[in-house]
Amino acid sequence: MSWDEVTPLLWPATVDTLVMTGVATLFTAVLGLLLGVLLVVTERGGLLPAPPVNRVLGLVVDIGRSLPFLILMVAIIPFTRAVVGTSIGNAAAIVPLTVGAIPFYARLVEIALREVDPGVVAAANAMGATRREIVGKVLLREARPGLVSGLTVTVIALIGYTAMAGTVGGGGLGNLAVVYGYERFETKVMVATVALLVVIVLAVQAIGDLVARRLTHK
Amino acid sequence: MIQIEKLRKVYRGRDREVTAVDGVDLTVAEGEVFGVLGRSGAGKSTLLRCVNLLERPDEGRVVIDGRDLLSLRGAELRRARQGIGMIHQHFGLLGSRTVAGNVAFPLEVMGVPRAERARRVAELLDLVGLGDHAKAYPSRISGGQKQRVGIARALAGRPKVLLSDEATSALDPETTASILDLLRDLNRRLGLTILLITHEMDVVKSICDSAAIMRDGRLTESGPVPELLARPDSDLARGLFPLPPADPREGTTLVEVTFVGSVADEPFVSALARKYSLDVNILGGAVETVAGERVGRLQLELPGDPSLNAAQLAFLRESGLTVTVLNPATPEEAR
Repeated sequence: MSWDEVTPLLWPATVDTLVMTGVATLFTAVLGLLLGVLLVVTERGGLLPAPPVNRVLGLVVDIGRSLPFLILMVAIIPFTRAVVGTSIGNAAAIVPLTVGAIPFYARLVEIALREVDPGVVAAANAMGATRREIVGKVLLREARPGLVSGLTVTVIALIGYTAMAGTVGGGGLGNLAVVYGYERFETKVMVATVALLVVIVLAVQAIGDLVARRLTHK
Repeated sequence: MIQIEKLRKVYRGRDREVTAVDGVDLTVAEGEVFGVLGRSGAGKSTLLRCVNLLERPDEGRVVIDGRDLLSLRGAELRRARQGIGMIHQHFGLLGSRTVAGNVAFPLEVMGVPRAERARRVAELLDLVGLGDHAKAYPSRISGGQKQRVGIARALAGRPKVLLSDEATSALDPETTASILDLLRDLNRRLGLTILLITHEMDVVKSICDSAAIMRDGRLTESGPVPELLARPDSDLARGLFPLPPADPREGTTLVEVTFVGSVADEPFVSALARKYSLDVNILGGAVETVAGERVGRLQLELPGDPSLNAAQLAFLRESGLTVTVLNPATPEEAR
């Protein structure tokens, strides 16, 4: 293949990767945040202590994280079909991407929230703040830099997962690399996709770092 | 203003129990600065956290301004807390908010409208002398300034009561003094009742009207500071006026003299020496102004055994001094 033949392949694949990653990130950010908050508030001595709930959530999160992504993707095909109506294509890849990333981000959210000074929470309590105010105005707000850094790591992990989207008929740069670069020994395609992935990851990391820094008042 | 009755708080671990507060009774009068002094681990922090129910006591009563706090739950308790200011050793400021934002936080919690909030924040920052730092973030200001923010924040709800949890323990001595001055000033100007806990003797000395000493979850002594200091067996007096070890020499009488108030202005040592033609030796002592009164404690050495000094000791007692003989009691002296 000449470069002229390679380039037309790259653009749609890049768009596929960005769309899959973007949509999955959106859902992961919301649901992972929710799950992470639940993990923190339900623990013993938390704002809404419920140790049994906490244990179940922790177990679910850890099972979710222990499944290899490829296995997860195939295992939840019935669920995927129920959600998006198909088990093939980019939309079908977004469901397992999200399901796989939520527990990952939830643990990172948990870590970020635990970093918040308990003295600040106590102070808010002493002021008569409600639990909702403490979660919204103290925990989430104080943890913002950590939440952003965690999301950055999650997005980059998601970009990695999209490489396997081809398994369920999704596209993307990873799929391109596998189908052309690996299976057909098209070195140029391989080099181009890897280079693009590197650029995307570096860009995501740079943006994440910038936002996190803007939110840190040190 | 604050009444604490038979307060008990037990922490239950997996295989052991720790009684942090073990039956404490305490009354803080309106407009008073009350200090609870104790080492770390004495339970004083738990005691303070039980006052606004950050910790729920296992037994006892907490009554603030006539309201029994333990009968309150949920929204009622939160509203009651809004009327109790609290300041913290490590300030407890939100790092993601500016100085003004931190002071605005309790006002938001109270549901004060935005315009009113801005006005009140400016007023509070002026009150603590931080008007120029409204837009700074906490990481950019000094420890003393952080505590001023903490104080402004605590006063946002116009509380009658301020709880201070080791508010000066993370500060250097000069900053400590300026924060204590501020607290004293607020106490006088606003009639603010302050209950503070500390491990620093100096805090009690400089601003407390009354004090208690806490040890192993119990108050070992409690009362107005001048009264405590006048008691020879008081730990507070011993801590505030350290004297050399009591080691009387043969043929001398070693006495400890404590005096409070106007007595401190009388030249009783020279009066004693003149009246009985004695050579009085001062071995140690200190005179300080505590809670607005002059208080002192001296260790004096008089020539002759205690049995020979009965008249001299009587003279000192009649002068209004508290006198303790430090010689080991001999059989006839023990009576």
